[in-house]
Amino acid sequence: MSAIYILWWRELRRYTRSRAQMIVSLGQPLLYLLVLGSGFGHVFQKAGMGNYFQFISPGVIGMMVLFSSIFSGLGLLWDRQFGFLKETLVAPVSRLQIMIGRTLGGATVAVIQGLIVMILSVLFGFRPQNWLAIPAAIGFMVLIAVCFAALGTAIGSGLQDMQGFQLIMNFLVMPIYFLSGAIFPLTNQGVVLSFITRLDPLSYGVDGMRNVLGAPNAAFNPVVDLIVLAAFGFAFILFGAWRFSKIEI
Amino acid sequence: MIRVQNLVKTFGSFTAVNDVSFEVAEGEIFAFLGPNGAGKTTTIKMLTTLLQPTSGSISLDGLNPKTHHNQVRQRFGIVFQDPSLDGELTAWENMELHGVLYHVPSKIRRQRSEELLKLFELWERKDEQAKKFSGGMKRRLEIARGFLHTPRILFLDEPTLGLDPQSRNQLWSHVKRVNETEKVTVFLTTHYMDEADRVAHRIGVIDHGKLVAQGTPREIKDSTGTETLEDAFLKLTGDNIRDESASSTDQLRQFAKMWQKGGR
Repeated sequence: MSAIYILWWRELRRYTRSRAQMIVSLGQPLLYLLVLGSGFGHVFQKAGMGNYFQFISPGVIGMMVLFSSIFSGLGLLWDRQFGFLKETLVAPVSRLQIMIGRTLGGATVAVIQGLIVMILSVLFGFRPQNWLAIPAAIGFMVLIAVCFAALGTAIGSGLQDMQGFQLIMNFLVMPIYFLSGAIFPLTNQGVVLSFITRLDPLSYGVDGMRNVLGAPNAAFNPVVDLIVLAAFGFAFILFGAWRFSKIEI
Repeated sequence: MIRVQNLVKTFGSFTAVNDVSFEVAEGEIFAFLGPNGAGKTTTIKMLTTLLQPTSGSISLDGLNPKTHHNQVRQRFGIVFQDPSLDGELTAWENMELHGVLYHVPSKIRRQRSEELLKLFELWERKDEQAKKFSGGMKRRLEIARGFLHTPRILFLDEPTLGLDPQSRNQLWSHVKRVNETEKVTVFLTTHYMDEADRVAHRIGVIDHGKLVAQGTPREIKDSTGTETLEDAFLKLTGDNIRDESASSTDQLRQFAKMWQKGGR
């Protein structure tokens, strides 16, 4: 247990040390929130879909959590490079504990980042239907974070250099974001797009937040969101733990 | 304490370690010498559970690292050849993290951390981030960390690389001290033959993945008919300079250095 705790603590410590990075990483969500959020507002309203800012806010919160958690998992690459990974791998602690400590640490950081975006969106005019729904929304953020921190670890376990990192960014992270319905409604889409979006774990996370926060155009039932997302999270933790246990240096 | 039999490790068509067998007794200081790329670090990685051997057997304190990796890991400490600190954490935090991972009780952990940081003259700067340290200081911190838990076997992979004579001296006297007082078995590699000659009870020389000589420093010098260990080493391994191909990790490190310079 103490090993899980100390590795979790390490991730938080590294986060609080790098304030500049913390602020820089808020740039992209702010761009989506403010530029896209207000730019598409008129068209969205005219199409009878409701308030676009209300719609996109949970999506951008989901995006922040996705980016932050998957990058923390991929942080394995940096630890491999700076050699710290070796130090943890020879310690008399099971690989599973190391993986869980890292994943929970990365997930915690991602949830904090998500909360910051949530606060910003409220400052710019986002209104949840009920303030008591916030804890439920945070619950979905936690699930998204654990899900993608574990996936990041699974992928990071096999990455050897930076080229791989670019590949993951362009062919995994961005598609997960764009196909999740974070920026467009998942209702009334064509068969192909509908099918693909349903394979994306983030779809259920963002939809879950829309459901509990009362944002317009939620596509699924909140219970379905919860179950599917939790199942993805569980599967990714198993996959990540298995991949992590296979690392050789 | 360490028993290695017919150890082989191949990477694709390249054989890094080729049928190596040796034994290290409890309480012994064993120096593993060889030119660059001879297979020293690969052997250490297999002994310390970081790599799986292709064939052959290893036993540490009677345990097989493959089947009992956690028990084995509990028994050794290691100072790696290349960096292994978390640069974002302070010196003190690096020690704390290590102590917790090795289940050192908090009171002993703090007490020993303080002693070791003072011994390696890092106490004044314990609250600075490790990335701000000079190469020698980082090295000293890694060494201090390696001594934090009391291992039964200590692996030192070129521990004196980049250290000044003072720190080197400090390190070897500390190694000798723990070897004598706590009966710690030491397995070390180094490129400084005088160090090996001074510290090691027994020496193994490896070249091209094969063990070419084994014995006390005296025996090795006698068998080659040379005066110094350096001459014996050259006689055993030849005068050719070896090249190691850079691993992807090295390339990445290079890249990160460029990137950091550009950023600042």
